[in-house]
This record gives sequence, C-alpha cells and structure tokens, in this order.
Amino acid sequence: MIRRLLDIDKVSIRVQGAKKSTAHSVLVNSVSCYVNAGEVLAIIGANGAGKSTLLNAIAGDIAFTGNITIDGVSDQAKLRARQVAVLPQLSLLNFPYRVSEVVGLARIPHDSGRQRDDEIVQEALTLMDISYLSERLYTELSGGEKQRVQLARVFAQIWQQADAPNGTRLLLLDEPTAALDLGHQKLLMGAIRELASHGVAVVMVLHDINLAARYADKALALLCSERLAFGTIEQVITRQNIKSLFDVDVHIAQHPEHNSPVVIGL
Amino acid sequence: MHSVGQQHAFSNRAIVISCACALLPISFFLALSFGTVSISFSDTLWSLLNSVIASEPASGTGLISRTDLIVQQIRLPRALLAAVVGALLGICGATTQGLFRNPLADPSLIGVTAGASAGAALTIFYAGSLTSLSGLPGLGLVSIGAFVGGSIAVILVYSLATNTQGTSVATMLLAGIAITALAGSLTNILEFFGDEQILRRISLWRMGGLDGASYQRVAIAAIFGSIILVILPRFSTALNALLLGESEARHLGLSVQSIKIKLVLLVAAGVGISVALAGTIAFIGLIIPHMIRLLIGPDHRYLLPISALGGAILLLLSDTIARTIVSPIELPVGLVTAILGAPFFISLLRRRHEFGMR
Repeated sequence: MIRRLLDIDKVSIRVQGAKKSTAHSVLVNSVSCYVNAGEVLAIIGANGAGKSTLLNAIAGDIAFTGNITIDGVSDQAKLRARQVAVLPQLSLLNFPYRVSEVVGLARIPHDSGRQRDDEIVQEALTLMDISYLSERLYTELSGGEKQRVQLARVFAQIWQQADAPNGTRLLLLDEPTAALDLGHQKLLMGAIRELASHGVAVVMVLHDINLAARYADKALALLCSERLAFGTIEQVITRQNIKSLFDVDVHIAQHPEHNSPVVIGL
Repeated sequence: MHSVGQQHAFSNRAIVISCACALLPISFFLALSFGTVSISFSDTLWSLLNSVIASEPASGTGLISRTDLIVQQIRLPRALLAAVVGALLGICGATTQGLFRNPLADPSLIGVTAGASAGAALTIFYAGSLTSLSGLPGLGLVSIGAFVGGSIAVILVYSLATNTQGTSVATMLLAGIAITALAGSLTNILEFFGDEQILRRISLWRMGGLDGASYQRVAIAAIFGSIILVILPRFSTALNALLLGESEARHLGLSVQSIKIKLVLLVAAGVGISVALAGTIAFIGLIIPHMIRLLIGPDHRYLLPISALGGAILLLLSDTIARTIVSPIELPVGLVTAILGAPFFISLLRRRHEFGMR
C-alpha cells in the first residue's frame, strides 16, 4: 500500500517582514509536490531558486501559506523529533565536542536508554564511515568529516522505525553531498536508499543532477521560486528542463548499468 | 594533542570532579584560617566545630574567644558568601557561553553586570527614601533591582548580537561596551543627582566586595543562590543541543524560545544577586567555564556543576589573597579577579581560532 507521507500543497513563502508582495519578496510561489513513504525526492534548481527555503518550511522553521501535511506526524515537539530529522546546509557547531557526543545529541528526544543510544550512535558512525573518528574533537575535523558527523547525527535521530510514532519517518537533507568526496557520496546515497527501503521518506536538496538522477525516485525542479517540473526522474531531468533551469546545453544519455538518465554537459 | 586528552575524557572527568570536590573544602578552610590575624589550622577547625556543635558560644565564661569571634562572626559568613557568589558566577558564565554559543560570553564582559549595577543603583535612588535599605527587605529590593537591570542587559545584547547564524564575538563585545557605557552613565547620573545620603549609599555599595558579608547576606545568597544552582543544571541537555544551533535544537524537539527566555532570566537573576550582595566581580564567569571545558569538554551535564564548584574555589582563594597580600590593607576582590582574568581573556582572544571561535 502506498502511503503519501509528505504532501505539499500550493506552498508560498515570502521574505519575512516584507509588507508588499513584490517579485523579490516571494521566495517560493505556490509549489505543490508529494513524497511517499519509502521514496526519495530530490529538489533541484539554480542557486537562489528557493530550494532550501522550501526545505526549511517543511522542517517547520519558517512561516508559509498553503498546506504542508506530514502523515501521522505528532504535534508534540518531542515526538515529532522522533519522526522528522533535518540536516541543515551549514553546521554552526564550534564547541569541542567529541564526535560520538555530537551524534549522541540525536538521541535527546528518545527514551530508549543509554545503552541502546550508545549502540545506535556506534552503528550510525559505522554507517557514515567515521567510527575511527569517534573520540576526536569535532572542531578539529575537515569539512567533509564534519558533514559525515552531522549526517550520522540525523540518521541516529530516526534510526529505528519502532521509535517513531505511527511509523512516520521523514528525513530532510540540505545539500548532503556538498563537502563529500566521490566515495563518500556513494556511501551516503547507499545509506539513504537503505533508509528509504525501510519506509523513510527522504527529501534532499541536491546540486549534482546525476546523483539525483541515479538515486532519487522523484525530482522537483524549482525555477525562480516556481515549480518548473515535478515527477519521476525521466519526466523532470530532460534536456529542455536543464536548459531552462541552468541555461546550459546538455546531452542526456543512458547510464551504462542502471536505467537512469545521465546528464553530460556539452 | 587535544584528541589524546579527549580519549581519556571519562577518566579526566572523574579526576576533575574529585579535584574540585577536594579543593572546595580546602580553599574554604584556607579562607577561614588566613587573614590579618593568622589562626592556626587546628584552632580554626576547633572553632568551626564549636560553632556547628555548640549553639552556645564559649561555654562557662559567657565570653566569646577572639578566635571564635574572628572565625565565626567575620570569616565564616564571608567565606560562605564568597562560595555562593563564586558558584553563581561560575555557573552563570557557563550558561551564558552555551546560550550565546560563544566561549567568550561572560556576564561582566557583555554588560549584564553593569546593567545589574545600574538596576541596583536605581533601586537605591528611588527606594532609598522609602526604606532604610539596611535589613533583609532592603537587600532583597536591591537584588530585584539588579535582577531587572541584568535581564534588560542580557535581552538587549542577545537580540543585538544573535541571529540564526549564532553570535558574533565582535557584535557581542561591542553591544557589551555600549550597554556597559549606558548603564555606567545611568549610575553616574543617579550619583550626580542624589543627595549626600544616597550618594554615599550608592558609592559604598558600588565598591562592593565581600567585606560587607553578614549572615543576613549569606541567608539571601543561600536561598536565591541555591534555587538558581539547582534549576540551571536541569537545562544541561537543552544547552547541549543549543550548541548545535537554534533550529537544530528545535528539530531535536526542544521549545527553544521558552528555554532561551528561562535561561536569560536565570542568568540575570544569578548575576543580579551576586552584584547586589558582593558588587562587581569580573572574569570568574569567563575563566572557570573555559578551563573546565578544556579539561572535560563542553557537555553541560558536567560543565555546569563543576563550573559552580570552580567558581566557588576561585572566589574563595581570590578573596583570601585580597585580604592577605598587602595586609592589613584589604584589596577589593574584584581587583584580584581582574588581575587574574584580564591576561587570561587576552590570551583567549589571541588564540580564539584554536577553539573554533569566529
């Protein structure tokens, strides 16, 4: 049975404090889309198109008009935190926590007990290939290592289906691959697909169209605050859409091993 | 280098906790024993035991011995006050740094102490004619004034310097300078327009220090101080999450806005009480949490209580130095903490990038 886990209906977002609605004050204009449980949605588009803004609205950080419905979501903050995990684009942490402590913060909303929490932290560290950094100071890590720690943290937050009320699990990732090398990009995407196969709905903002094409089920293309296209990868990642989005000419080829399209710059 | 130290963080933690627990009674005892009149350790201990066991001082003769008088009536209240005020300053400093997500945030540097002073001066100015301001109600009133002044200062600095990106050191310190100047000029204006009586009260009080210690002050410090010392550690987990950032903390299920307001009020209350009872004592809230963080890491579940212990120890020792170093003249304790603290602060500023500060 298909469960529509996230439903976004005509969502508009304005600059906070803007009195009149001018062309520049609208960040997201009447965008609709949805994600089913077990699916990965990639949001693509040029810088400033409103991708992160839309993700922040789903996360509940900013005001919007329209409807954002998360199926089965709790209205209690603590329970909601067991259902929805958010990776921000930029991490601001500048205190010398150990890596395992940072990931352990993800277990704050849970009551699963110290021992189970520690196990989950270790598993999440292993998943992101940073168990060897476990006792290092976060502030001493490189950008990519920090990113993997933050990823392990959001994974650990929604680690078990059993912890999430109504089995609702939604993962929101803002440019999760930005600081990662090729190998760790693949590792991360594998982890995301693994979570999705357990019923998690994933929404991620991605700049790498080919990663989106290879690993996402659906894509939402935003152009100047508006929805250009939404649907399956094949429907969204077309020559014409890429031209409209980024103003570059591309060739769409077939992935040699998978069925997904591959975008080749010309 | 850090990572090696951090690998033993748990054993580190145990060592630091036991050291702090051992040093507190030692420094307390030193504070009772040293002074213009040096009293031997055994006499101090004896007198202290006497005061605890026997409610009637000096059995038989009805006269209190000189040692008992000095230890029980002069040094004991002073040491108790120093311990509570130091603990408050330590824990409030650690909380402020967590709240601002900045290891340089100290109540005395960001204008909170000055705001509290102005609030207290305002209370003395306007309420001075109403009450004698000498007894408990008077002290309580001045404490409330200091609390209100401190609250306004924290809220101003916080809203000026903090956005979703965190707090910038530059803006925070600049806002602190502005508020310190504003609060200082307010206090000066009050002194200027006050009559002689009020002027004398304000300036006496501004000099502050622990030399005004009495059991009355100790009582106020113990009541309000212990409330704050008990409540603040309950916010440890929230502060831990807040270090990630405000929206991250919200995504972890915390009601960030209300937590922030409660923390700001608690810090203002803590600083307000310490200012009302002991005047301006700078830098303890900066030095102690920073040192403890270097030793055991930023986990507030340990940082807050150990900072309270450390603050108590540092203020007890500073006060003992202040009383004895140029004896029989007594230095203001704020002078000693500033002499210790200013170089420390400068070295932190110079090395701030090593601590990941902006």
